[in-house]
Amino acid sequence: MSGPVLEACETEAGATGPVLDVRDLEVSFGGVRAVRGLGYHVQAGEVLGIVGESGAGKSAASLAVMGLLPRHAKVSGSVLLHGRQLLGAPEKELAAFRGRTISMVFQDPLSAMTPVYRVGDQIAEAVRVHQRVDRRRAVERAVELLDLVGIPNPSQRARAFPHEFSGGMRQRAMIAMAIANDPDVIICDEPTTALDVTIQAQVLEVLKKAQRETGAAIVLITHDLGVVAGFADRVLVMYAGREAESGSVRDVYRHSRMPYTIGLLGSVPRLDMGRRLPLTPIEGAPPRPSRLPPGCPFEPRCPMAVPACSLSEPPAVEVGPGHRAACLRAREIGQAGVTMPGILAKPEARAVPPAGPVESGAGTAGPGAVAERETGTDGPGAVVERETGTAVPGGPVPAEAVAGPGAAARSPESPRESRAVVLEVSDLVKHHPLMKGAVFRRRVGTVRAVDGIGFDLREGETLGLVGESGCGKTTALMEILELGRPERGRVAVFGRDTATLSPRERLAVRRHLQVVFQDPLASLDPRMTVHDIVAEPLLAHGHRDMGARVRRLLALVGLDAADAARYPQDFSGGQRQRVAIARALALEPRLLVLDEPVSALDVSIQAGVLNLLEDLRRRLGLSYLFVAHDLAVVRHIADRVAVMYLGRIAEIGQVEQVYASPAHPYTQALLSAVPIPDPDKERARRRILLEGDLPSPANPPSGCRFRTRCPKFAALTGALRARCAEEEPEIRPMGGDHGAACHYAEKLGVV
Amino acid sequence: MAGFLLRRLVNYAVLIAVAASLAYMLAATALDPRSNYEGRNPRPPAAVIDAQLAMYNLDDRTPLFERYLTWAGGVVRGDLGRTWNGDLVADRLGRRLGVTLRLIVLGVVLGSVAGVLVGACAGVRQYGWFDRLSTVAAFVVLAIPTVVLANMLIICAIWVNDHLGAQIFLVSGEATPGLEGGAGEGLLDRVKHLALPTLSLAAGQIAVYSRYQRNMMLDVLEADFIRTAMAKGLRRRTALLKHALRTALIPAVTYFAFTFGSLLVGATITESVFGWHGMGEELVASIRTNDVNSVAAISCFAALAVLLASLASDVLHAVLDPRVRVG
Repeated sequence: MSGPVLEACETEAGATGPVLDVRDLEVSFGGVRAVRGLGYHVQAGEVLGIVGESGAGKSAASLAVMGLLPRHAKVSGSVLLHGRQLLGAPEKELAAFRGRTISMVFQDPLSAMTPVYRVGDQIAEAVRVHQRVDRRRAVERAVELLDLVGIPNPSQRARAFPHEFSGGMRQRAMIAMAIANDPDVIICDEPTTALDVTIQAQVLEVLKKAQRETGAAIVLITHDLGVVAGFADRVLVMYAGREAESGSVRDVYRHSRMPYTIGLLGSVPRLDMGRRLPLTPIEGAPPRPSRLPPGCPFEPRCPMAVPACSLSEPPAVEVGPGHRAACLRAREIGQAGVTMPGILAKPEARAVPPAGPVESGAGTAGPGAVAERETGTDGPGAVVERETGTAVPGGPVPAEAVAGPGAAARSPESPRESRAVVLEVSDLVKHHPLMKGAVFRRRVGTVRAVDGIGFDLREGETLGLVGESGCGKTTALMEILELGRPERGRVAVFGRDTATLSPRERLAVRRHLQVVFQDPLASLDPRMTVHDIVAEPLLAHGHRDMGARVRRLLALVGLDAADAARYPQDFSGGQRQRVAIARALALEPRLLVLDEPVSALDVSIQAGVLNLLEDLRRRLGLSYLFVAHDLAVVRHIADRVAVMYLGRIAEIGQVEQVYASPAHPYTQALLSAVPIPDPDKERARRRILLEGDLPSPANPPSGCRFRTRCPKFAALTGALRARCAEEEPEIRPMGGDHGAACHYAEKLGVV
Repeated sequence: MAGFLLRRLVNYAVLIAVAASLAYMLAATALDPRSNYEGRNPRPPAAVIDAQLAMYNLDDRTPLFERYLTWAGGVVRGDLGRTWNGDLVADRLGRRLGVTLRLIVLGVVLGSVAGVLVGACAGVRQYGWFDRLSTVAAFVVLAIPTVVLANMLIICAIWVNDHLGAQIFLVSGEATPGLEGGAGEGLLDRVKHLALPTLSLAAGQIAVYSRYQRNMMLDVLEADFIRTAMAKGLRRRTALLKHALRTALIPAVTYFAFTFGSLLVGATITESVFGWHGMGEELVASIRTNDVNSVAAISCFAALAVLLASLASDVLHAVLDPRVRVG
């Protein structure tokens, strides 16, 4: 290795200057400027968070610093590591820095590790590249590092291949690799995005530990404002390839000066805020790097834009000590003491309310259109009347309405008990056989994907089904959608037991039970126009003359009638999801099943779709079964929530009750692991860290399934413990319809 | 793993039995060894012909199934039967197999190694001059039939020999018969004979492997783990060699086993153009001479070779790729 060079650098590191200093960084791919004049610096031991939505240029900027961009990328500017210029440095010199002085943790730990080498060997390789040690010593060091990042049985696990590790363990191994040579800077590119929230909490803890051990500066790139709030010292908000705002976390979160930052913070559903505070989505979508607006790139979406904004792009200027913002009106925003709600009120002032597209869409289609829809779903006139200002006569109940109860019982305003049950699930079981052998296939086990769950969903209500990946929430949903005879238990949709339905009845039930999937691009046929997509369910159920109806549906979800002729790839993610919602609404369903409908979307877009869903539910009297892994989203949209763990429901109840005082240790841990985008609150919280990974659903622990990771179980003694190991807990009422499946459930506030 | 291989073997044994039986039935129905005897001048008496055919289990008056049982019984005992004029099929095939192995081993190994290297280099610099050149060359070679390519090589070799005034390349046979001199002399003579057919075989192999490897390489070049390897401090070249090529090699290695198996009987054209009396040539010759037992034996051998090759490629795949190793 180039010893003298590195030693020279290390002596320089003693100085107080920034470890990493990036100035005027420009990255372009074939003429498209992905990063446009970005600058930042980090001191030793400091954590800088870089946040922004997809396409903001965060990853391109970090790869440019490492010199890891593909060859066709053009990079200019200056990247100083300990005062040495990295841009344009010969590869030999760069390679000597990489992994030793500056290292990186990547987003997807599965594809980021070479699949054919053992994890330990890959870490040992990182050691041997920079240190003159023999193979055995390097492997020993790899085991020490794995131990440091909290992998149990490190010497044994070092011999495993990457695919034998869980996602969280892989990310730990990546961190071990990154700190192998005691670096001065660690760049983490979305290190926890692919992970479940409890695993994310573990990995963040490991990162903190790694920082303590190495004293390194950390650049944390993420889209999650909550993670930054709890972890970073300073934050830099990126938009369209450049700095929108930067400063200390407290300044940026509490005294935001750039409308984009304010909008971003306003559009995140909050775990610590009640549901009825509507989200404020940012209008439109982030600009494409290839087609930037002439002035400020945020101007077209900005509620505070003035004509001057579209003339030239404002540079980021100092607006306070260490606080910079790239906005013409930054000082104004600061001086006037414009608080967040003040700015958030602006969109309304511009006659575009939060769920703007919907309202205005309904307007273009004429009030009659909505009225007609309403009669179809035999909704009570009152609801619609209030929303649209149109009198709606109580229409006749359509002949094919399945078990439609009286309209009086349909109002969402009436108490829960008096409303009709649209979906009832009891003791639902779905086991997948685990097969082995290519020639003589035989059953070697059972994956208990869903193992006896029950809940009910009433008219006009939203039930959130949450849990980490592998908990069985999607399987449960698919079982319900099947409308067949479940393996065990009972599913009743609109009061009809699905096991007894004839094919004709099943088709009739299906019209009223529609679904929206997670990935709108994958769930929409790329070769069909939006019109064909939305009209298809109508066609399948024998409707004619669909043009007007499709236009009405598009207007309902906030799309233009002209969009009907376009193809899914012409739309942004949020618009595609609106198309999927329009398709689901085509048959005027009463129950909508939503499988992670917003998890593929950026926060500012997600807020719009959530508001649309909420608005549709109120106006059309829909019921939602909302499957999600994001607890903050569920808190925002759901009335009731069911928390799943390993195929069972751990806790169920009203959202307010469950979030305010969760009784099951798993819910408590889950809620405490979700970061809150508020630096003061987030830092004051105490995390309940769970040990290890989800056990295999093929071989769940005896008794209570959660006991292997349960902090409460760990604190119990003898006889009390035995009960957890032997007896599977049933859901016990905790007051009202709140219930928890824990023998020793106790309410505890964690948010 | 052992259990898995054993099950595979049992499977393959069944497949080989089916393939060989069908090949025998087809050969025995379609080929007519009687005509070989009847065409002789002077024509032997019918009784003699019948006796000869019956002796070699070739008599078309015996029911097909009966002949099949006799043949199958022999094969199970390790007796492949006799050719239409009485030679032992097994002996002849043994000789031929030796020739084929000497012919193809070098060509296949050379072709695959060179092909992988060419493909890897081309992939690393996609759309560079080397990539474009190797792409054009590969498609030219793939577009030219082997027989044309082999004869062009011969013409070139003779031209080179004439201009240099020395016999650098020998274009026919495996060795010069009745060559004087020691072992070194004999080896050199064999190498001179081997050069052209090896080149002809290797050219085709290089063309296929280079295209294959180039695509595999392009797949992994963009992979995140190459980026990780470089982020660790590996130089690009090392990262490409140790991480990209190692991962991208897996399909090529398994494909190698397969090619080898199929070329054992499939190098017919190369063998006949260069006058090597190998398996492929023997198959064509025995069809032409209505030699039922030889055709059946070669088909049986071909099935065996292909299935063993696929077994070998399974094993290699499991050795190279930990992801497919299942308990």
